[in-house]
Amino acid sequence: MFENVFGIHEQALLVHGQRLGVLAANLANADTPGYKARDIDFGAVLAQSQGETQMPLQVTHVAHITFDTADAPLGDLKYRNPYQASLDGNTVEMPVEQAAFSENNVRYQASLNFINGTISELQLAINGQ
Amino acid sequence: MSLFSVFNISGSAMNAETIRLNATASNLANAESVNGDAAKVYRARHPVFAAMMDSEGSLDDQDASTGVRVLGVVESATPPLRTYQPDHPLADKDGYVYTSNVNSIEEMTNMISANRSFSTNVLAVNTARDLLLKVISMGH
Repeated sequence: MFENVFGIHEQALLVHGQRLGVLAANLANADTPGYKARDIDFGAVLAQSQGETQMPLQVTHVAHITFDTADAPLGDLKYRNPYQASLDGNTVEMPVEQAAFSENNVRYQASLNFINGTISELQLAINGQ
Repeated sequence: MSLFSVFNISGSAMNAETIRLNATASNLANAESVNGDAAKVYRARHPVFAAMMDSEGSLDDQDASTGVRVLGVVESATPPLRTYQPDHPLADKDGYVYTSNVNSIEEMTNMISANRSFSTNVLAVNTARDLLLKVISMGH
């Protein structure tokens, strides 16, 4: 009954947490020559973690190996396309990264609020008051 | 991969920026240092940043926890400023003294850049901390 009580937000929290780490790495390497900024395609990762892979593996025989999506990495990191090239080959653009970081922060807190709301509702249902 | 990795990543960056700030302070302090020997005069020092590699020495495409490390400190190759001051106590036999090749303007801009980068990383750490605290108090 309770395995999917938080819906999409449980997965979303994981992905947002991972994205926060990636964006923090970009911010940390803002002055590193040759560093390439990376990011996570949130939609693609969420679809993957929901089991909606674009090319699902067909299992038509008992000897076929099934592909467990739980074992798959949380998401492929993609390199960011910079708006402007820099001489030292670094593609971290501070405003872009900071904006992405705060956006991710808000989304993380939104998911957290939804989960907290569900918990309060459940507590209300349990206590009846 | 969790929110906790942010502390390591941003921590390494703050450490690297501190080293950069230290080098800047050293350069500015020695901006007017003179010597009678061109080979012995102070030269501007700059740290070289590099992304942290994994144990095999290569940068993993899919490893997000990439901090910063300081590869080393290089001395500027710009020739020191030579001035003719025969009455200077440190002057060489031809009457020349050599002033360090520190470019004060360059150092000041470097300092501002290090300051901004440091602040950004502090912000990242604070954000991760706030989010973790909210996760801890989830459901209360």
